[in-house]
Amino acid sequence: MVTSEAYPLMKFLESPGTVQSLEQPQPLLQTTNLSLHYGLKPAFRDVSLVAPAGSITALVGPSGCSKTSFLSCLNRLTDLIPGAQVSGQIRIGDRDIRQPSLNLIALRRRVGMIFQKPNPFPLSIWKNLALPLREHGLGNRHQVDQIIETTLQDVGLWDEVKDRLKAPALKLSGGQQQRLCIARALVLKPEILLMDEPCSALDPLASGIVEDLIARLRQRYTVIIVTHNLAQARRIADYTALFWVQEGAGQLVEHGATQQIFEAPQVELTAAYVGGMRG
Amino acid sequence: MNDNQAFGKQHRDWLPTFLVWAVALGVTGIFAWILGDILWHGAAQISWEFLISEPEDAGRAGGIGPILVSTLLILGVCLVVSVPIGVGTAILLADLSTTDTLFSNLVRRSLDVLAGVPSIVFGLFGNVFFAKTLGLGFSILSGGLTLACMVLPILIRSAEEGLRAVPPDYRLGAAALGFSRTTTLGQLLLPAAAPGLLVGVVLGIGRAMAETAALIFTSGYVDRMPESLLDSGRALSLHIFDLSMNVPGGNANAYASALVLLALLLVINGVAAWIAEQWLHRRLIP
Amino acid sequence: MFNSRILSRSRSDQILVWSLRGLAALAGAIVGLIGLFLVLESLPVLQQVGPARFFTDAAWNPLEGLYDLTPMLWGTLWVTLGSVLVATPLGILSAVFCQFYAPARIASFYRRLLELLAGIPSVVYGFWGLVVLVPLINQIHPPGTSLLAGIAILTMMILPTIALVAAASFAKVPPAYLQEAAVLGLSRWTTIQAIVLPAAKSGLFTGVVLGTGRAIGETMAILMVCGNVVQMPRSLFEPLRTLTANIALEMAYATGDHRSALFVSGLVLLGLVVALVAMAEALSQGQIYE
Repeated sequence: MVTSEAYPLMKFLESPGTVQSLEQPQPLLQTTNLSLHYGLKPAFRDVSLVAPAGSITALVGPSGCSKTSFLSCLNRLTDLIPGAQVSGQIRIGDRDIRQPSLNLIALRRRVGMIFQKPNPFPLSIWKNLALPLREHGLGNRHQVDQIIETTLQDVGLWDEVKDRLKAPALKLSGGQQQRLCIARALVLKPEILLMDEPCSALDPLASGIVEDLIARLRQRYTVIIVTHNLAQARRIADYTALFWVQEGAGQLVEHGATQQIFEAPQVELTAAYVGGMRG
Repeated sequence: MNDNQAFGKQHRDWLPTFLVWAVALGVTGIFAWILGDILWHGAAQISWEFLISEPEDAGRAGGIGPILVSTLLILGVCLVVSVPIGVGTAILLADLSTTDTLFSNLVRRSLDVLAGVPSIVFGLFGNVFFAKTLGLGFSILSGGLTLACMVLPILIRSAEEGLRAVPPDYRLGAAALGFSRTTTLGQLLLPAAAPGLLVGVVLGIGRAMAETAALIFTSGYVDRMPESLLDSGRALSLHIFDLSMNVPGGNANAYASALVLLALLLVINGVAAWIAEQWLHRRLIP
Repeated sequence: MFNSRILSRSRSDQILVWSLRGLAALAGAIVGLIGLFLVLESLPVLQQVGPARFFTDAAWNPLEGLYDLTPMLWGTLWVTLGSVLVATPLGILSAVFCQFYAPARIASFYRRLLELLAGIPSVVYGFWGLVVLVPLINQIHPPGTSLLAGIAILTMMILPTIALVAAASFAKVPPAYLQEAAVLGLSRWTTIQAIVLPAAKSGLFTGVVLGTGRAIGETMAILMVCGNVVQMPRSLFEPLRTLTANIALEMAYATGDHRSALFVSGLVLLGLVVALVAMAEALSQGQIYE
């Protein structure tokens, strides 16, 4: 398996001051009383969530309870949405990422994101992976090729595409496209991966392959995954958090170890939801 | 509803159907008349010789060689200036309008007015600003710059549409990977929007080539071969005007020039339609 | 090294954003520049004789200090009004043909034709008018160059604009309306008249306003077929001169106050267009189909 030390790229990827935090066992990602408004309309309110390093946390709940919005606060993709206002705290390692002085480009390198609909760029498979590497300063063609190969092996795509790396990425099947998008996030060696229902646009077979891939990412990455599929959450997540719309805004109802959420929920709503009676 | 009513309706519908078809046929007929007339009278004059030789006897005889050269030079100046400004403005309007809301609204409104300014007013402005104030005189440069101002709105509108048609997924994906704005634009958005940009440029060329009034007092009337961009040069459309209005006996060559101008515009129109179709095709079948 | 890279990249982004702003500012400033220079050039004569005399003088004879613009204003008004009145129904019927009557193939051919017509240079329309239409009118009633010729040529020029905008706004009428009409068993014409036209109303107005703008600003074609006599036309067969034609005809030799007076008429044209754009804007505010 590839270790981060093997990559000279890591020099670029770690900003000073975060190297130590990687080695600490304490929570890598932590939000405190996080709220988001679109204009005057609240999206979610007072979400406090902790994700330990190397764990997979599933966000579940009915549609429209702002799980995706929550996710896009974590890499400040909300900055792109006009009128979106965030309050509260988000810490990654020991950095408050809501500081205006924070370097967004560096943040988004540490926090990768996978979207619901696979969104490879309209370029070749190879270029899809090479572009982020080159963008973040790796110009050496040999190293680029090497990283692309190991990453594609990592997501189980290498054998399927090794003979047509120059083919357009949009020619791949949906499941392959999604795995390519995961690879595209992984080439940058992020610490955290945000996944917004990565399997929901795929057929069951492809969905299973991608799910297995996500499970294999445990330990190496901290994964926050939004899913509507309770069975999936139960299969792959270490922790599960239930979102629900209350008083006109999404709120965190319960958060705990997946086993506890599914087998011994503390809140009645959670019991009802995981029991399939609501939502 | 009984049969009588149904019949009554049928009857009243006969008239509008007739009217609508009559209008369509009439418009088609007039177009055929104009085109046929120009083709009929113009085709006889056209030869390779006509296209490359100098006009003689105030244009009654000879060809349109220098006039074609001047037209192309004016177009060239127009594009070299208007494309960068137009594409830059379109990027700002399509991509930065969320951060620069007030500014981009202001620019957009100003372009709306610019799109409606009569070409003779552009002519007045080009005359006083480029020819007099900037001291360029009656020259190809003055004419090209005036046309550049004129085609900007059309160029910007279609470039902006092209950029907005790029799926938002690409922008989000690039942002999530921490791409700089420069990379996102240069590597992803501009290539994806290229056909839209191209259609805009082609439409701009069409508009510029059809223009006459804005050129009378900017690029001027001189029908000799231009030696530099600071020389006056007569555009093809102006040549048609001059031959038909100011030169008795110039109609034959005016017809031929009109045919050349129409042919060039048809080609340009066809190219634009072709690009647009290719683009649509490619976007439907990824 | 890492930091300096990031810095240089965010600096290149800064440079990009500011150069885009610069280019946009340039594009946005052109209208202002045009207005400014028209005013500057108009000022000498405006200060000397005052704006009122452009409407009250006995005649347009700038060499003798007479600056009456009203015959030209009337000329512009008559050709514009005439052509808009004729082209509006024809244009809307053309769009109806495209959208609701013609088989798909003919409709797309006709639309392409309208686009071509919209792209034909005004000088070609003018030339055709001069060599074909004017002699025809001359046979009916000399001299041929006339208000009628101007209206006919302008109608051809603005009809495609009105038709294309109208067709686009018909296409935006929600299909549910049409389904509803079909369910009710309404005939095609009743559907168009009672449902499509009202629903597309503001789009149609926008098309007419755009066509009007083009008619007011048209120079070459009008110059070639209207005869350019400075007078109030008393019938369809009399020649006239429009504001635009006046500028094109006299700029070549105008100097001093005469030249300045031509810029005043340019300013008047610009004012008319700004008013039209404002009107179109106000109309398109209401262009929401519910």
